[in-house]
Amino acid sequence: MSGRFRKYLHVNASDAAAWGMAGPALAGICIFILTPFLLAVFLSFTNLALGSPLPLEFVGFRQYRVIFTDTGFSRALLNNLLFLTGIVPTQTLLALMLALMLNQRLKGIAIYRTLFFMPVVFPMSLIAVIWTLIYAPGPDGLMNTFLGIVTFGAWEPRDFTNHPHLALPAIMLLSVWQGVGFQMVVLLAGLQGIPENLYEAAAIDGAGRWSRFVHVTLPGLRNPLIFVIIITSILSFRVFDQVRIMTRGGPRNATTTVVFEAVRVGFDRGQVAMGAAMSVIFFLIVLLITVIQRRLLKQEGVQ
Amino acid sequence: MEKRAVIPSFANYFIMGLLAFVYVTPVLFMIVGSFKPDMLVLPEAGTWRGIFPVTVSLENYVSVFERVAFERFMFNSAIINGLIVGLGLLVNAPAGYALARLRWRGRQVALGFVLTLMVIPFEAIALPLFYQVTVMGWRDDYLVQAFPFVAFPLSIYLFYSFFLSMPKELEEAAYIDGAGIFRTFFTIVVPNAKPAFASVAIVTLLMFWGMYLWPLLVTAGPSVRPLPLGIATFYTLPPLQWGDILAFGVMMVMPVLVVFLIFQRWFVQGVASTGVK
Repeated sequence: MSGRFRKYLHVNASDAAAWGMAGPALAGICIFILTPFLLAVFLSFTNLALGSPLPLEFVGFRQYRVIFTDTGFSRALLNNLLFLTGIVPTQTLLALMLALMLNQRLKGIAIYRTLFFMPVVFPMSLIAVIWTLIYAPGPDGLMNTFLGIVTFGAWEPRDFTNHPHLALPAIMLLSVWQGVGFQMVVLLAGLQGIPENLYEAAAIDGAGRWSRFVHVTLPGLRNPLIFVIIITSILSFRVFDQVRIMTRGGPRNATTTVVFEAVRVGFDRGQVAMGAAMSVIFFLIVLLITVIQRRLLKQEGVQ
Repeated sequence: MEKRAVIPSFANYFIMGLLAFVYVTPVLFMIVGSFKPDMLVLPEAGTWRGIFPVTVSLENYVSVFERVAFERFMFNSAIINGLIVGLGLLVNAPAGYALARLRWRGRQVALGFVLTLMVIPFEAIALPLFYQVTVMGWRDDYLVQAFPFVAFPLSIYLFYSFFLSMPKELEEAAYIDGAGIFRTFFTIVVPNAKPAFASVAIVTLLMFWGMYLWPLLVTAGPSVRPLPLGIATFYTLPPLQWGDILAFGVMMVMPVLVVFLIFQRWFVQGVASTGVK
C-alpha cells in the first residue's frame, strides 16, 4: 500500500507542521472515541455503580455472566437478530427496486427520487412520534384503516405498539421507511457507474432483460450491495431512539434492544459497569459484521 | 441508444406514483394534521381527511409556542450543529490533507488509527463517555453536546480520499514558489475542494442533527436541549394534543427540508460518496 501512496506524497513536510494540521483532529478522536472505548472495556471488569456504597474492585467477567442470565439482555440480542433478518432483505430489495426504477430515463423522475429520499432528513425521534399516531389503536388509526382496506375489511384493529407479536415488526416498518432512501441513493449511484456499453454488448449477444440484470447489473452492483447490506445490519443493532420513545422495550421486552438495555441499565439505573459490559458486547457484534464486510470486499479485489 | 425502461412508461408512472403516494402518506398526514383542530386529528386519521387538507387553522402552531419554548429548541439545535459542522470542517479537512499529501513521521500510524476508530459506533461509547464527562463535572451545555463529534474519523477519511484524488499540480506550483504548508492549504487547496467540504458538511449534518441518545444522557432541562429531544419530551407533556405535536414536528423539519430541497444534488452526492468508494 505504502508504495502506491508514496508518489502522492510530494512534500517533505516538517513533522511539526504536519502534526499541526492533523493534531487537533487526532487529539479529538483520542479524547472522545479512544478513551471512552478503553474506559468501557476497563469498567466492564469492575463493579462500578452510581450511588453504590461498595468500594471499586475488579470482578473479572462477572458483569458479562450476569447480563446473560439476569436481565432482558438475551431477549434484546434476539430482538436485534429478528430486526436484522426482518429489515435487511426487505430494505435491500425495496431499495434495489426503487433504484432500478429511478435509473430509467423518464420525465419527472427526479421528483420521485426527492420523495423517497425525503425521510432520510427526518430525525428518528420525530418519526417515532408520528408513527405512534399512525399506529393508534382502534378502527380510526391510519394503519388499522389501511390494513382494513387492503384486506377488504378482514383486518381487526390492533394496538400495534402494545401487541407482543406486532410491536417489533411495527418498529421495523418505520425503520425501513426512514432508511430505504439512503440505500436507494447508494445503489442508484452504483447503477449509474455501470458502463452503458456492457449492456449494449450483452444485448448484441442476445441477452434478455433478466439475463442482463443477472449478468451485468448485479455483478456491477456487488460493492454497493455489500455496503448497503452491511450498513443495514449494523443499523439493526444500533436501534435505540424508536424503542425508547415508542415502547420503552415493551410489551414484556418484546421490543427491547441491546443499546436500549445498555442505556436502561447503565444510565437509568446507574449500573455503569454492567452498561459498559453491554456496550462492549455491542461493539464486538458490530466489529464482527465489519470484519465480514472487509473480507467480502477484499475477496473481490483478488479476483 | 437503448432506453433502459423496465416496463412501459404508463405502468411505470402508475406504479411509482402509487408507491410514492403510500410513501409520503406519513408526511402528508403530519402536515395536514398540524393544521386541523386538535380534536379531529385522531378521529379523521383513517379517512381521506387525514391526508387532504380541509380545514386550515394555525391554532396548533400558536399553542406550541404557548406550551413550550419551541424557538429555544430550534436555537439550541442550530448552535450545536453549527459547532459540530463548522469546527468539524476546520479540524478534519487539514487532518485529511496531512494524511493524504504530506510525508511525516507517524503518518502511517495515524492513518491506521483513524481507519480503525471509524469502526466504533457511537452507541458503543456513549455510556462510558457519559461517565467520563460526568466525572469531569461537564454536562448540560452546548459544548458537551458538540465537542465529542467535532473530530470525526469518517470526515477525516472522506477528506483523505478526496485529497488523494485531487490533481497536485496547483499545490506543487505554490510549494515551488516557497509558500508554506498552511498557506498553501488555505489559499490553494481549500478553494479547490469545495465539493468535498459540501459533502462532508452535509453528511455530518445528516448524521448529527437528529441525534437523540447523547443529549438524552447529558442534558437535564430544556435550556440547552436540541429539537429531537424537544419533540420526544413535548410528546409526553400532558395533555396529549396531537395537533400540537404534529405542528411541532412540521416546524422542526421545515428548515432542514428546505435546505435539502435546495441543495438536493449535494445531499445525494454526499450520501453516495460515503457508500461508493
